Amino acid sequence: MRNFPPEIVMEAVANGLLTGAVYGLVALGLTLVYGVLHIINFAHGALLTLAMYAAWVAWAAFGLDPYIAILPLVPIFFVLGYGVQRLVIGPASRGEDSNILLVTLGLSILLENAMLAIFRSDTLSVQVDYAMEVVELGPMLLSFPRVVGFGVAFVVAAVLFVLLRMTDTGRAIRAVAKERTGAALVGIDVRHVYAVTFGIGTACLAVAACLLLPSFYVNPRVGNAFVLVAFTIVVLGGMGSVPGALLGGLVIGVVESLSGLYLGDSLGQLGIFVIFILVLLFKPTGLFGAKA
Amino acid sequence: MSFLEIRNVSMRFGGLMAVSDASFDVAEGSITGLIGPNGAGKTTLFAIVSGFQKPTSGQVLWRGKEITSRPPHVLAAEGLSRTFQIVQPFAGLSVRENIAVGAFLRHRRRADAIALAEQVAEQVGLTAELDKPAAALTVSGRKRVELGKALATQPKLLLLDEVLAGLNPSEVRDIVPVVRAIRDSGVTVLMIEHVMQAVMNLCESVHVLAQGRIIASGTPAEVVATPAVVEAYLGHGAATRLSGGAHA
Amino acid sequence: MTARDVWPILLFGAVAALLPVFVTAGTLLNFAIFTLIICLAAQGWNILGGFGGQYSFGHAAFFGTGAYTAAVLQVRYGVNPYVTFLAGIALAAIVGWIIGFLSFRSGLRGSYFALVTLAFAEVFRVLSNAVEFTGGAAGLLIPLDARAANFQFESRGWFYLVVLALVVLALLMTRALERSRLGAQLVAVRENEDAARAVGVDALRVKLSAITLSAAMTGAAGGLYAQYFLYLDSTIAYGTWISVEALLAPIIGGAGTVFGPVIGAVILHTLAEVTRMMVGRIPGIDLVIFGVLLILVVRFPPRNLLAWLRGRR
Repeated sequence: MRNFPPEIVMEAVANGLLTGAVYGLVALGLTLVYGVLHIINFAHGALLTLAMYAAWVAWAAFGLDPYIAILPLVPIFFVLGYGVQRLVIGPASRGEDSNILLVTLGLSILLENAMLAIFRSDTLSVQVDYAMEVVELGPMLLSFPRVVGFGVAFVVAAVLFVLLRMTDTGRAIRAVAKERTGAALVGIDVRHVYAVTFGIGTACLAVAACLLLPSFYVNPRVGNAFVLVAFTIVVLGGMGSVPGALLGGLVIGVVESLSGLYLGDSLGQLGIFVIFILVLLFKPTGLFGAKA
Repeated sequence: MSFLEIRNVSMRFGGLMAVSDASFDVAEGSITGLIGPNGAGKTTLFAIVSGFQKPTSGQVLWRGKEITSRPPHVLAAEGLSRTFQIVQPFAGLSVRENIAVGAFLRHRRRADAIALAEQVAEQVGLTAELDKPAAALTVSGRKRVELGKALATQPKLLLLDEVLAGLNPSEVRDIVPVVRAIRDSGVTVLMIEHVMQAVMNLCESVHVLAQGRIIASGTPAEVVATPAVVEAYLGHGAATRLSGGAHA
Repeated sequence: MTARDVWPILLFGAVAALLPVFVTAGTLLNFAIFTLIICLAAQGWNILGGFGGQYSFGHAAFFGTGAYTAAVLQVRYGVNPYVTFLAGIALAAIVGWIIGFLSFRSGLRGSYFALVTLAFAEVFRVLSNAVEFTGGAAGLLIPLDARAANFQFESRGWFYLVVLALVVLALLMTRALERSRLGAQLVAVRENEDAARAVGVDALRVKLSAITLSAAMTGAAGGLYAQYFLYLDSTIAYGTWISVEALLAPIIGGAGTVFGPVIGAVILHTLAEVTRMMVGRIPGIDLVIFGVLLILVVRFPPRNLLAWLRGRR
């Protein structure tokens, strides 16, 4: 194994943490949906890709800065997620696990290839003047967009936490997550809560997309790069656990960054998959961790 | 050496002792009843005997040989078969195919398995429903499928978990002779049952489980006369109140 | 198996074998060969997913292993292609057994099994893209040497017949499975695993047999792909496209039925071809339709549709 000077390793760790927070945000949507609906949403990656294209279009067509685009995109994607659950996934799956699997897979094939048909396979990115700026932290130089991403991801997680704890909607969501039948008996509209949860999960993706865009690129398959990472985080952090998703995101960000440093970019992805498989196979208790 | 011996079996779920130090025997060729109030641990005990759960402590002996915690399919091959309280049909399959799955245990060829399945179907009174999907049957039909699947494995010991629950009195009357005929064909039966009329009718000996413990064993008539049993069902003090009432 | 079990398969084979007599157009034979290769891969998925109810999202792991083994052994070591083809099937079967052993022993079911198979396929993809052995990112070219002794044929018609023969063989094997004890036990595990165990089914052994056979069949499809197109890279061999194709065809055509994968593959690829003719070569448009079709098939299961149509008459 190569030896790197400590400041390079430290910088890799710091960059891993910064990216990891955004990973955590992607995973947050996934884990929330799992915790409440008890479904694994295979379309999560494709929805992220969609959000990234939306942010790109906002920039390319309307000149909106990706950070500003968060404001319109969050409600749009909330409504989109709500509709997808209410009109597509819910009715098509009829509550069967294997059906949900297939419907969300179908959705992801559909979305990914619709974007391929519209935008073609070219890689697109936005040009903003702060993309290359750096923040100095001791001996480390950190990319400005990543620092922003890190901060906003935590803000979103905090907002979500407050939403789940303090509001009536949040209480309804938690009630449904814990005991669906009981929640239905006390008059909670479970289908509505499901759709709201799915909407929130999708809205998280809109934020993540806007945070990623200044330092990343878009192509029709970009979501795939994130979705297995997000699954890994969710499995690692305990399916359904909000703090687990964030923490798992940070861990995975660091793992990815370090394995990229030591193994090179192409083999670097292996670290994540291997963790994922190992956790699934040997610590399945992590799967049924805390609920939202 | 007993046919089936349950020795000091305990099962703890977290802080709850579902079964605690239960011991009893089942004699070969008998119909033995396991009764007790809801939540007494009867189904847990069945799950342990049939290999679906490992007991926290204790042993299960089958013809003198320890079989504790062996997996269910091994026990089925040894001749121990069970039914489920909540019926577990292969929902998408026909009645014939459902029973044939059990029959395949001792018959490799499809034709043999199907032939046995049809024979078993006759035994449990399902001949007319052979081609129906199991999911389309009535409760009583599904109970018979449950019985047929287990019987098709050609067991030596059959564990029946409330096959009569949910049936109306005339359906109960129809199944009771089926169970007796199974025993008469040489299969030992251990049954969990709530329908006391059937228990009194069928069982030679009965063990009563309450709060995880065996509180009484004997013939059905002896057991229902035991004060502890009456109290377990009707609450503390019930036995004295009842006998007091009889005196008054 | 009875004659009634076998003759529809033989009839299908006989009718399909006539195609090269009437059709000499290269593009159509090309289309037919590719569709048959997908049929074979999909029949593999169908054994595990359709009959066994274990939905794999990573059959690319087996397809790619069959393909790369066939290609690497002949390109790097000069082994006879027929031997490498068989070796590919064997290695795919071994990979299937290992993945099955690890995941089924850990009790992974449903979505978790889908996820873990997906991850295994991705691991293989990343590895085959990174190591020299498989030609890395540049891919691997099998030298053109069109001799029958070399498993390459001068005319597409011959290759078509070889692939068709293997598809017919796969259909017969699936039918035999359906009629066997293993088949009955596999379906029982799909319908209700606990109930199956209670009547003496060794669920782990049954699922392992299924995934091994399943992987071998999909591996054979991979070997044929390599032998026909003579080029492989990591996204072809281990890409998600083939995992999706292998799953879609049986789901569309009828999972857990012998002819389902064939019907599904023919429907999907005909549909894709027609779309291409109508709207031109827009990338991804065929898959958009596949995605919509998948959702619709789950929403309105064909079995229910048939029942509904019958009810209306």
